[in-house]
Amino acid sequence: MTDYNFAYLDEQTKRMIRRAILKGLAIPGYQVPFASREMPMPYGWGTGGVQVSAAVLTPEDRFKVIDQGADDTTNAVSIRTFFERTAGVKTTTKTTDASVIQTRHRIPEEPLTEGQILVYQVPIPEPLRFLEPRESETRKMHSLEEYGLMHVKLYEDISRHGHIATSYAYPVKVEGHYVMDPSPIPKFDNPKLGDMAAIQLFGAGREQRIYALPPYTEVVSLDFDDHPFEASKADHPCGLCGAEDSYLDEVIVDDAGGRMFVCSDTDYCEARQAAGHRGKDAA
Amino acid sequence: MTPLLSVQGITKRYGAHIGCADVSFDLYPGEVMGIVGESGSGKSTLLNCMAGHLTPDAGEVVFDTRAEGPRDTVRMSEPERRMLSRTDWAFVHQHARDGLRMGVSAGGNVGERLMAVGARRYGDIRDKASDWLERVEIDAARIDDRPTTFSGGMQQRLQIARNLVTGPRLVFMDEPTGGLDVSVQARLLDLLRGLVRDMGLSAIIVTHDLAVVRLLADRLMVMKSGHVVEAGLTDQVLDDPQHAYSQLLVSSVLQV
Ligand SMILES: Nc1ncnc2c1ncn2[C@@H]1O[C@H](COP(=O)(O)OP(=O)(O)OP(=O)(O)O)[C@@H](O)[C@H]1O
Ligand SMILES: [Mg+2]
Ligand SMILES: [Zn+2]
Repeated sequence: MTDYNFAYLDEQTKRMIRRAILKGLAIPGYQVPFASREMPMPYGWGTGGVQVSAAVLTPEDRFKVIDQGADDTTNAVSIRTFFERTAGVKTTTKTTDASVIQTRHRIPEEPLTEGQILVYQVPIPEPLRFLEPRESETRKMHSLEEYGLMHVKLYEDISRHGHIATSYAYPVKVEGHYVMDPSPIPKFDNPKLGDMAAIQLFGAGREQRIYALPPYTEVVSLDFDDHPFEASKADHPCGLCGAEDSYLDEVIVDDAGGRMFVCSDTDYCEARQAAGHRGKDAA
Repeated sequence: MTPLLSVQGITKRYGAHIGCADVSFDLYPGEVMGIVGESGSGKSTLLNCMAGHLTPDAGEVVFDTRAEGPRDTVRMSEPERRMLSRTDWAFVHQHARDGLRMGVSAGGNVGERLMAVGARRYGDIRDKASDWLERVEIDAARIDDRPTTFSGGMQQRLQIARNLVTGPRLVFMDEPTGGLDVSVQARLLDLLRGLVRDMGLSAIIVTHDLAVVRLLADRLMVMKSGHVVEAGLTDQVLDDPQHAYSQLLVSSVLQV
């Protein structure tokens, strides 16, 4: 395909995005504005993540796309195909084989390693948006580290539900300064954000923001002393591979309302099954 | 004694138009200053300049800070000034919706300033919020209700609780009783008077209503066209006004 520049975006745009990424890495958790480009897909499909991936991919990379843990959803397949066609890069579904992983809603169970890049698709980058719609004000709050409002949100949660009910996009504090929205990953994944060996990049297309966590960054989930953060998950082992430590989806398996819990990270589950692990629902 | 607040030569113009001009006064700890004057006389402009919401074109607003003594708040850094706004200062708006988060429960509204200065025990924040709701005569059982379900008087009392929970030393109020029914006003005034006395608060109250200053203010400034035309002890100014404009203001009230 010679109709496109490598990875679709022209070199100047990629340079602009790389500058934003570098700034983001230099100031972990800080939202860097960038001039988001029209991509040949709708915003809800992760155009922010796609632009970040386009800016970091090299011909030698091996690319993986996860959508809610799975590699085979329409969204994941179309983004993977997009880069196969526009960049000619090799793709994979194996976390351990991938050098660049674009994700929506999950962090892989397999610990990532140095040299890997995890690119998140972000719908709403501003964690304070919910309570303070004025952007001039939220920008000031970030620069002055005025984050009382973030705890108001958690306070409201506890007063309404008896516990912190926020289970996705759970806010974190980065290196003791910026409060950051980790994108709608389950809070089960929050502890993996901190001290990760891989580079983590976050792209919000519609909102035109990029932010980043360099390797081994301190990331702390906000909480109260008497309501500490908990990385909760369904209290079951995986029905297919028996894993006790992975994040589970509840799936309906028959017309009679039968249910089972399976790993949301399909690559992780398949690798375990291939290694001989079996859950109670495995055929 | 060091004044808690020393205002020197505050001037604010809107283009060629004068908002307030060359206003100076000292406020001592525990004192309540009333600012009266007709609509457009510059009361809110002056108040907002003192509270850091507007930057004056000239003048100083020197506040006796806990840590470092007297500091000119006009020239201090924005983070320092915003920190003062969350701790030692409070601002009660005329319209409660300007001073409350309408989408957040009463408890969250009261707790916000506590959390802003680092409170991290939910149980403590909630206890303090309950306590403050009771102090402003709101049933603590309403702690999880949103202000949108409160009456105008309750919203105003909630705004006051939200402001006073961190134990500020100086409270700015812009028409705190404006827009409320007369009976609701009276109750709010009683409450404010009690709080000011119990907490030893210093306050600056802007109002149209001479009954408000009569009840709350130790001293009074009368403004006209951006200038202070008369200042003195409240009873003196109200009972024996010297400036023709003050005389007019007082007599117009007596006619009511
Ligand atoms: N943002 C602004 N731009 C231009 N002029 C303004 C602005 N705000 C106030 N003014 C003018 O400055 C003068 C003082 O206004 P200010 O609001 O301080 O009066 P006030 O005494 O608080 O009146 P009120 O009792 O009606 O609240 C008025 O002439 C007003 O029209
Ligand atoms: Mg006014
Ligand atoms: Zn599994």
